[in-house]
Amino acid sequence: MKSILHPRSLAILAALALAAPATAQTLTGAGATFPYPIYSKWFDVYKQKTGIEINYQSIGSGAGIQQVKAGTVDFGASDAALSNDRLKEMPRKVVHFPTVGGALALAYNLPNFAGPLKLTPQIITGIYMGKITTWNDKTIAAANPGVTMPAAPILAVHRSDGSGTTNIFTTYLSAVSGEWKELVGANTAVSWPSGVGGKGNDGVSGVVSQTPGAIGYVELAYAKQNKLAVAQVQNKAGKFVEPSLESTVAAVGAAATELAKDPRTPIVNGNGPDVYPIAGLTFLLVYQDQKDAAKGRALADFIQWAIHDGQELAASLDYARLPDAVVKVDEATLRSLTANGKPLLASR
Amino acid sequence: MNATRADALDAGRAPLPRPRPAPAGVWNPDRLYRMALSALAVSVFVIVALMVVEMFRGAAPALRTLGARFLVSTDWDPVAGKFGMVPYVYGTLMSSALALLLALPPSLCAAIYLAELVRPRLGSALAFVIELLASIPSIVYGIWGVFVLAPWLRNAIEPWLIAHLGFLPLFQGFPFGLGMLNAAIVLAIMISPTIVSISREILLATPGSLREAALALGATRAEAIAVTVGAARPGIVGAVILALGRALGETMAVTMVIGNTNHLSASLLAPGATMASVIANEFTEAADPLHLSALFEIALLLFVVTLIVNGFARLLVLWTMGGRRDVARAA
Repeated sequence: MKSILHPRSLAILAALALAAPATAQTLTGAGATFPYPIYSKWFDVYKQKTGIEINYQSIGSGAGIQQVKAGTVDFGASDAALSNDRLKEMPRKVVHFPTVGGALALAYNLPNFAGPLKLTPQIITGIYMGKITTWNDKTIAAANPGVTMPAAPILAVHRSDGSGTTNIFTTYLSAVSGEWKELVGANTAVSWPSGVGGKGNDGVSGVVSQTPGAIGYVELAYAKQNKLAVAQVQNKAGKFVEPSLESTVAAVGAAATELAKDPRTPIVNGNGPDVYPIAGLTFLLVYQDQKDAAKGRALADFIQWAIHDGQELAASLDYARLPDAVVKVDEATLRSLTANGKPLLASR
Repeated sequence: MNATRADALDAGRAPLPRPRPAPAGVWNPDRLYRMALSALAVSVFVIVALMVVEMFRGAAPALRTLGARFLVSTDWDPVAGKFGMVPYVYGTLMSSALALLLALPPSLCAAIYLAELVRPRLGSALAFVIELLASIPSIVYGIWGVFVLAPWLRNAIEPWLIAHLGFLPLFQGFPFGLGMLNAAIVLAIMISPTIVSISREILLATPGSLREAALALGATRAEAIAVTVGAARPGIVGAVILALGRALGETMAVTMVIGNTNHLSASLLAPGATMASVIANEFTEAADPLHLSALFEIALLLFVVTLIVNGFARLLVLWTMGGRRDVARAA
């Protein structure tokens, strides 16, 4: 049996658990895989700057949340914000720090189609609902005037593994379609009405690039690095927008007012002419009251650095930097951190 | 000549010389050695027991909340908190059974050829190559399934199946290349080395006198081979069940090619999912405690299925060895 409970896996886990030395100059974190490239870059640069070492295990958002709950890590990382119910299950109050933004691109494979493909929210919902099954469907033709759509069947490809990407995508579909919200909902894994699942970004793009007529959602960074053909998506203002770093930053910026009230607010389907509508933030999860003042201060210093200097590194790895309004939200949250009841950053 | 042989036999029957008495007490090396080995051997059982306990503990919330519904429901909806194992159990059993169906005839022919028809030295060389197949990591089979087999199925095989056998529910739908059929073919290739190499070993282990006796009675070469295969049958069944065990638990390659959907479909061209694939897919991001627990329950049930299959195989192998001794004595 090759399950995750294979003795060998257990041995590796045990080795990992033993490998983290507990000194004040070391922080440990665990969670999301989506921001892992930028996080590992941050930890690397930050270690060279300050000597503080941060061990991060990209074991998935769900497992990261579990570890935060168990108190085995100094911080967790998740692509999906914790619901009020999940927050209540935590032993102490947990706060969210948005770190970077990301967008999803709808990659498609239509041979002999010059593109770019234009999609409305109704078309995307219809395809993933299994209601629009061929490319020459009249709703697709109406959104793409002047081009002849092929009569090929559509294969809707989704992520088979639970992922923050799926959470952003299904949050978007729930925001634009009451029917989707009612029948399927939003989560890191959902009961898909139709289509096939590929494992990981590479799994989805593998199926899309291999199958004429396929369409699937992948992270923007992945789509750009692999030069996939991506669709323009109609935003709330009615404009068809290409997924890009600029349109993702615009999406985060458009939600700044709501994010100031609650950083957990989904930023999908935002207002504004330049907003790309399928975008999301990724979060660090930190206990508001830190048990260990020295560690807490080191963690707060790191977050302070990440939301300022660290943002300069985001674009090189195709993540959207935080707009100033959201950085201010993070700063306010940072000031609310305490160590055993005493404010952590009071001295500044 | 006769005398020396009898002496040798007598020497063989003579009692073993007594071992030199070792120092008594805790530092008795024999005792230490035995204790160390016992501890290591027992630890294997402890690990298995702990795994079962841990899976039970993990599955407890699902067992409590979902009860028997988990066993009969076809819904798997993490958003609504509904979990049913039926689509995954179906996927696991269907893909494995289909893989066996595809793998068994050619593997058996290959084993007979390697054991009976080809010159022994060439047979060993070919068997070595086939056993190499078993050591290829499953992700490589998965990549082959996605990038080689899927386009081939999509462009050639599946359109043909739909056109000629489309009246059967088994072959209806769109030719997308990924799905149950792809998974079954990949699995069939992965398990055939197990069937070939174990069956070959068992065929080679059948006494040559059986074959000679059949030939002496005027059997043709094919009839003599049939006698050998008949004698080796229990062992071959054991090989098949070991292969089935591998197919049931295979995760990576299947996840890559099966299409991963929780919808039950009679069509082999449609996507599906297996117990192992749903765990691999959803475990890392299962944030909801019930979702995580349901995955633990799937793992527990997969463990039970694998245990049954392995136990069955072990019994068969024992039976075969007993049978072979009987055959040997009769011969």
